[in-house]
Amino acid sequence: MPDTQTKPKFRWHIVVFLAPAVLVYTAVMIYPLFNTLRLSLFTEIDQERVFVGLQNFRTLFGDTVWSTQFWNALGNNFWFFVVHMLVQNPIGVALAAILSHPKLRFASFYRSAIFIPTILSFVIVGFAWKLILSPIWGIAPGMLDAVGLKSLYAPWLGKEAYALTALSLVSVWQFVGIPMMLIYAALLSIPDEILEAAEVEGITGFASFWKIKLPLILPSIGIISILTFVANFNAFDLIYAAQGALAGPDFSTDILGTFMYRTFFGFQLQLGDPHMGSTIASAMFAIILVGVCLYLFGIQSRMRRYQF
Amino acid sequence: MNAARQNRFNTVAAHGALILYTLIALFPVFVIVINSFKTRKAIFREPLALPNADSFSLIGYETVLKQGDFFLYFQNSMIVTVGSLFLILLFGAMAAFALAEYRFKGNLVMGLYLALGIMIPIRIGTVAILEMMVQTGLVNTLWALILVYTAQGLPLAVFILSEFMRQVSDDLKNAGRIDGLSEYRIFFRLVLPLVRPAMATVAVFNMIPIWNDLWFPLILAPAEEVKTLTLGSQVFIGQFVTDWNAVLSALSLAILPVMALYVIFSRQLIRGITSGAVK
Repeated sequence: MPDTQTKPKFRWHIVVFLAPAVLVYTAVMIYPLFNTLRLSLFTEIDQERVFVGLQNFRTLFGDTVWSTQFWNALGNNFWFFVVHMLVQNPIGVALAAILSHPKLRFASFYRSAIFIPTILSFVIVGFAWKLILSPIWGIAPGMLDAVGLKSLYAPWLGKEAYALTALSLVSVWQFVGIPMMLIYAALLSIPDEILEAAEVEGITGFASFWKIKLPLILPSIGIISILTFVANFNAFDLIYAAQGALAGPDFSTDILGTFMYRTFFGFQLQLGDPHMGSTIASAMFAIILVGVCLYLFGIQSRMRRYQF
Repeated sequence: MNAARQNRFNTVAAHGALILYTLIALFPVFVIVINSFKTRKAIFREPLALPNADSFSLIGYETVLKQGDFFLYFQNSMIVTVGSLFLILLFGAMAAFALAEYRFKGNLVMGLYLALGIMIPIRIGTVAILEMMVQTGLVNTLWALILVYTAQGLPLAVFILSEFMRQVSDDLKNAGRIDGLSEYRIFFRLVLPLVRPAMATVAVFNMIPIWNDLWFPLILAPAEEVKTLTLGSQVFIGQFVTDWNAVLSALSLAILPVMALYVIFSRQLIRGITSGAVK
C-alpha cells in the first residue's frame, strides 16, 4: 500500500483525483435534483417566490384540470411501459436466443443490422415513421394492400385509440437492440459444460432454452426490466418529435415527460410555470425511485445468481 | 438422418426469423434514403422504387443546404460530443482510479454517491439546471450542454472504469513507486494506457445518447448559433413539413453522421456490451 510511510500524511492526490468528477456531478446533477424537489414547494406570487408547502401537490392531485392531465399522462406512460415489456423484451430475448446458436452463420451481420435503429435519433425515427404511416404517402396502406389486408389500415398516429400504441411500437422497434445485446451477452457467458451435460440427459433445442438457459439469464432480464422502466418513465423525445408538445390527438399520447415539458415551458395559451414543472418532476422522481427500490429490494436481492 | 433434417429445418427457420427482423429494422431507413433522391412526383407515385434516371433529383438536398445551417449544427454537435466525452473520460478515470487504488475513509460512501446517478435520470432536475444556467450566464452556450452531459455520463463511467482499474497489477504500480514516480505519473503513464479498451467502451456508450439528445438542446441551448444537429433537424423538419423532398433529405443527412460513427465503432460497441461491461 502507498500509505506505509512513517507518519500519516494527508494524501492530497486522492482529493485531486476525486475533485473534478465529484464537483461536476454534484453541481450539475445532484444539487439541481434536490433544488428541483425544493422548488416544488414554492410558487410565484407577484414575481416573488413564496413558500407554499405541499400546495402544488394538492393542486396537481386535487384540482380537476391538473389531476385529469396527470392521471392521463401517468396511465399513458404505464401503457407505454407495458407495451415495451410485452413486445420489446420478448422479441429481444428471442432474437438473442437465435443469435447465440454457436453454428449460426452471418451472426455478426444480423446483430449489427438489428442494432441500427437504436443508434438513430428520436427525431429521425419519429419523422420517418410518421411519413411511413401517413395516409398521404401511402407506403403503409400500399404494403398492406399487397398482402390483401388493406382493410386493416387506419391513420394510426391520428386516431386517439391507436396513436399511443403505435408510438409505443415505434419505440419498441427502435430499442429492441438493447435487450437483444444484453441477453446475447448473458447467453454467451453460460458455460458449454452445462449445456453439454443437459444434452447428454436429452435436453436440447427449445427444452434446453426453457429449462437451462432462461433460468440462468433471469438476472439479466431483471436488469433489462428496470432499465426499460427508468427509460420509459423519463421518455419525451419520441412523442415530442412525432406529435409535438401537445402530444396529440387530444393528449392521447401525453406521457409524464411531455406533460412536464408543457407545464414547465408553457404552450400556446398556457404560461410556463417552473414550480408546477418541479412538482411534476418530483412526482416522476418518486415513481422512478419506487420502481428502482422495488427492483433492488424486491427482485434483485431474491434472485439467485449462479457463479461459474 | 432424421436429426440432420431436423437440424437443417432449424437453421432455415433461424435465418428466416433473423432476415425478417433485419428487414423490419432496416426498411424505414432504406425508404427514407432512396426517396430523398427522387422528384416529388416519383416520391408519391412509386415510393418503394429505387431512383432511376427519370426520377432522380437532388432538389431536396439543395433546399436543405440553402435553408438550414447544417454545417454549423454539425460542428456544434461535434464540439458538444467530443468535449463531453473528453471530460467524462478524464474526470471519470481520475475518480475511478482514486476509488479503486486507495483505501481512505469514505471510499465506499463516495462510490455509492457517484453510483446514484446510474439509476436516477438527470432530466428530473431540469428546472433547477435551467435556472442555474441562466444565473451563471451559460444558457445558450455549448458549455451548458457539455457540463450536463459530463455530469450525466460520469456515474456509469466511474463504475465501469473502477472495475477495470482493480484488475491492473499492483506490482506494476509499486514498481513505479519504487522508481520514484509520483501518484499522478503512475495514473497517467502506467494505468491509463492499460485501461484504454475500457475507456473506448465508455466513450462509445456515451457517444450516441449525447449526439441524439433532444431534451437539453431544446431547453438549454435553443439559439440558432448553438443548435445541435438533432435539434436543428427537428426544427427544420417542423418548418418544412409540407416540402417532402426537403424533409426526406434532411432526415437522410441526419442519418449519415450517426451511421458513419456506427460503422467505425460498431465492433467496439458490440464488444463493449457483450463483454459484460454493464452487468
